Amino acid sequence: MKTILYLIQKEFLQIFRDKMMLPIIFAIPIMQLLVLSYTATFEIKQIELGIADMDQSVTSADLISRFKASPFYIVSVIKPNYQTLEEQMQKGELEQIIYIPTHFEQDLYKGSEAPIQIITDAINGSAASLMSAYSMKIIGNYNKDFLVKEMMMPKEYINIQTEVSFWYNPDLNYKTFMVPGILVLLVTVIGLFLSALNIVKEKEIGTIEQLNVTPIKKYQFIIGKLLPFWLIAMVDFIIGLLLARFVFMVPMLGSVTMVILVAGVYLILVLGMGLFISTISDTQKQSMFISWFFVMIFILLSGLFTPVENMPVWALWLNIVNPIAYFIEFMRLVLLKGSTLAHVYHLILVIAIYAVVMIGLATWRYRKVA
Amino acid sequence: MKQVIVKNLVKKFGAFVANDHLSFEVEQGEIFGFLGANGAGKTTTIRILCGLSAPTSGEVKVATYDIYTQREQIKKHIGYMSQKFSLYNDLSISENIRLYGGIYGLSRKAIKEKIEEYIEKLQLKEYQTLKVFDLPLGVKQKLAFLVAIIHNPPIVFLDEPTGGVDPITRRQFWEMLYEEANNGKTIFVTTHYMDEAEYCHRVSIMVDGKIAALDTPEALKQKYKADSIEKVFIKLARG
Repeated sequence: MKTILYLIQKEFLQIFRDKMMLPIIFAIPIMQLLVLSYTATFEIKQIELGIADMDQSVTSADLISRFKASPFYIVSVIKPNYQTLEEQMQKGELEQIIYIPTHFEQDLYKGSEAPIQIITDAINGSAASLMSAYSMKIIGNYNKDFLVKEMMMPKEYINIQTEVSFWYNPDLNYKTFMVPGILVLLVTVIGLFLSALNIVKEKEIGTIEQLNVTPIKKYQFIIGKLLPFWLIAMVDFIIGLLLARFVFMVPMLGSVTMVILVAGVYLILVLGMGLFISTISDTQKQSMFISWFFVMIFILLSGLFTPVENMPVWALWLNIVNPIAYFIEFMRLVLLKGSTLAHVYHLILVIAIYAVVMIGLATWRYRKVA
Repeated sequence: MKQVIVKNLVKKFGAFVANDHLSFEVEQGEIFGFLGANGAGKTTTIRILCGLSAPTSGEVKVATYDIYTQREQIKKHIGYMSQKFSLYNDLSISENIRLYGGIYGLSRKAIKEKIEEYIEKLQLKEYQTLKVFDLPLGVKQKLAFLVAIIHNPPIVFLDEPTGGVDPITRRQFWEMLYEEANNGKTIFVTTHYMDEAEYCHRVSIMVDGKIAALDTPEALKQKYKADSIEKVFIKLARG
């Protein structure tokens, strides 16, 4: 026990003596949380819209005013000419073009078909479908109002009324959804890289030899290495939770104590993984690239940025070994839905078993004898 | 009492034989010089004796313990100073001493005394809070030696302890070794400096993974009709 305390003291001395380390460990994750949470959004706002108004009528002006009034759109050009708009889209100045043909007003009042063309820049597929849905909605509403007002059609007649309600995040607040996930991402990266680089650094500079000729026990060594980083990552995590609560107003419906306890187990998993990488690499460079490889895959598969449900089946299989996916799901369930232990115990179980396996592997791979 | 017993030690790295059937013994209180050209296999042997590397075959006993079955016992009873300086450069002198004192299970009080004793010995009073990084190489090596024997082991292994330091510091270093040997400590030392070899009680000279000669410096000089160990070494190493 005393041996472990001396090791921990030594790790902390080294961490806090390194002038770059404090900002790396504390300031950078906080900054990332603040910046990423505001920027990693799926909402599409301020769509640059160009309208080719060939009709130049009161009705077309009325339709255009609907787009101007929408918070999603910036109507940047209205021209009775299509060619120049297409060029602007080519240059990336416009994301959507609406083409209102001549005789639009006439056709409407005649009661015949009045087609409108919507052209959407679909380089980003999911953004394109959102933009197109927004514009269809605006045009659809306009159509409905037109029928009621101008054509004297009875309201009940119009269509099926759908009542939409959003559960768990009624305001469709994007940050509420992202902040817990980004927080997981940040503590994972901090924990994994700190631990993955640590033992291998001692290998590189040769100090590990001096430790290896001492009668130090494997478990003492592993705990001495893990505990300092675990404490640091936990402090990061709790700071992150506080920011989530008081800066991003993330509702915390479930038990915060449970979240913190499970985060403790999750971090043992992450640190064990880092130490394992550290024991199989010979240089910090190798260790860095291996960690980066896994972090990238785990993040993209985790459902942080894209819904897991849309991924191909083989990717879902990969997710079975993705610790980030489990913990993000756990965080979202507990914080946003208020799920209790009964709802999430299977996730906790997986995280706990995974943690034991990783620590086991790291301990097994750490060799005092070459 | 014999501190090291090696019989037919073999260490292979793939097809390369680094140690080819070595056999030797080291007595308690002896300064045993382990000489050889670069790549002759000295470091390999020393790492095996310290339990850092597993032998391919052969019998090895260190401080009366068996290398295969009692490796952790051996580690309690040896000191080791590697070729590469391996204390923590970003810790101070006393922090390094405290760490290793703690790992070897010294009491808090004993650690405090060691820190004072070592700083006194190295005349580093004004530097004790300095990071080890800022010390001159010679002082670093003396400190590394003292830290290696902080738990008072009966035998200490030194792998080229004086590489790259000036003759005066080397002399001081050897005075420290003599003092410890007089107190009954066994010193197992590799070196490139042939004048240092003359200070040893017995010297073995390794050539291509084998021990080519092993005796007192005087006996070796007589046998090979040379007036210095350097000449003996050159005769043997050239083959």
